[in-house]
Amino acid sequence: MLEIRDLNAWYGESHVLHGVEMDVPEGKVVSLLGRNGAGKTTTMRTIMGLMAKTSGNLRYNGEELLKLRPDQVARRGIAICPEDRGIFPSLSVIENLMLPPIIAPGGMSLEHIYELFPNLKERRSSRGTQLSGGEQQMLAIARILRTGAKFLLLDEPTEGLAPVIVQQIARTIREIKELGYTVLLVEQNSHFVEGIADTHYLIENGTIVDKIDGADFAKEIARVDKILGL
Amino acid sequence: MFDIPLNLILGQMVLGVVNGVFYAILSLGLAIIFGLLGVINFAHGVFFMLGAYCAYMLLNLLGLGYWEALILSPLIVGALGIFVEIFLIRFLYKLDHLYGLLLTMGLALLAEGLVRILFGPQGIPYSIPESLRGAYNLGFMFLPVYRAWVVVAGVILCLATWLIIERTPLGAKLRAATDNPQLVQAFGINVPIMLTLTYAAGVALAAFGGVMAAPIISVDPSMGTTIVIVVFAVVVIGGMGSILGSIVTGLGLGVLEGFTKAVFPEAASTVIFVAMAIVLVARPRGLFGKMA
Repeated sequence: MLEIRDLNAWYGESHVLHGVEMDVPEGKVVSLLGRNGAGKTTTMRTIMGLMAKTSGNLRYNGEELLKLRPDQVARRGIAICPEDRGIFPSLSVIENLMLPPIIAPGGMSLEHIYELFPNLKERRSSRGTQLSGGEQQMLAIARILRTGAKFLLLDEPTEGLAPVIVQQIARTIREIKELGYTVLLVEQNSHFVEGIADTHYLIENGTIVDKIDGADFAKEIARVDKILGL
Repeated sequence: MFDIPLNLILGQMVLGVVNGVFYAILSLGLAIIFGLLGVINFAHGVFFMLGAYCAYMLLNLLGLGYWEALILSPLIVGALGIFVEIFLIRFLYKLDHLYGLLLTMGLALLAEGLVRILFGPQGIPYSIPESLRGAYNLGFMFLPVYRAWVVVAGVILCLATWLIIERTPLGAKLRAATDNPQLVQAFGINVPIMLTLTYAAGVALAAFGGVMAAPIISVDPSMGTTIVIVVFAVVVIGGMGSILGSIVTGLGLGVLEGFTKAVFPEAASTVIFVAMAIVLVARPRGLFGKMA
């Protein structure tokens, strides 16, 4: 369970998160929807300990995370799949996959990962950046499933991908959830998160403006799309 | 040029390989440190010099010989590197490269001055170990056993370093942290410690080179500065960012220098800089450099 209270963050002098309040219960998929620049990625970066100037509370299973270094946050079982996918260009696919250290028992085995993403097995000795956009996205997700982290931050995993790959990623997220992972899913695509997330938060100008239950999302989607500018 | 005996040319080129090994070891360390830390380590030559002085002190204070020094000296200098990184170098990471150059240059001058006060400006003797005396007859020259050892050990050391970086999980972490240190840290790897140890490993390599050089070059306080100027030219020619590139360039330029010593001795000390100028004009990112 991650409880975010009055979370503020700054890039230099510019105040970008204004008191964000969210709950991400264990074993649930929670979406964070908003336009470009609304503060979605900054929220992820703040959780991960990557923002220099922050205030507020970030309690994970009762423990305050806010002033920890990124590696200390990671060691507590939180893993990030960044928006740009963060594939290391100097590393091969298998090296990218094996890079994040195991931080807890119970991560996915390499066989299971190859079963989920057969392309990665075929291309394991290619350079990471030689993969297609979809394969890179799968690699970025696969990479954090191995480590035993149970809380995943997925930053716009469908951005710029073909519909068939978006469907594969949706299947993957459902499977991850079945396995008991907790997911905070940042998206701009309301139709992608519909049916995947248990709770939806809407963020605008660095503040949460609405919280919608998964069951009610279908009838709210027109309003959500208006906020998202779709 | 055609009346110069071939034996002389070959002989100088073989000796050039010996110098090339030192260039390779030093430029390798510089390239690793610059790649990960983004610091132009002008103090690299000083650590090379300290490696040699450390061997001298181990011998004269503790009676430990060459082989012990070859292991202990890099460890001692590496520990010094840890200290330097923690108290000085780490404050540079967020600043422009120029500050790193200035700080490490100041550090180099300071260390060189201290050694000059402690040991005097003149060279100090360090002899070739008993087991590596003598020479091989190669037909065209007599190659001292010690120099042959330097070439073999140096090349093995360089290749081992290359293998560690390119083929092991530890090396993959290092390469990943060079690409994107923030993300590596967000995966749970303690990057600050990694930076400290990388700096220490880089300067320990330099110290290893210094111990190997001690019996064959003049051990004096300015030996590091003399060689580091050439090594910077090697790094510029080879291009930043390629480990294998810095090894090949180091060895190649040693041979080029040796060749010039035989055919046109007056140019031997400048040929590397001429090569640097040509490469900078023709291929500004260096022979093996990656696209910016």
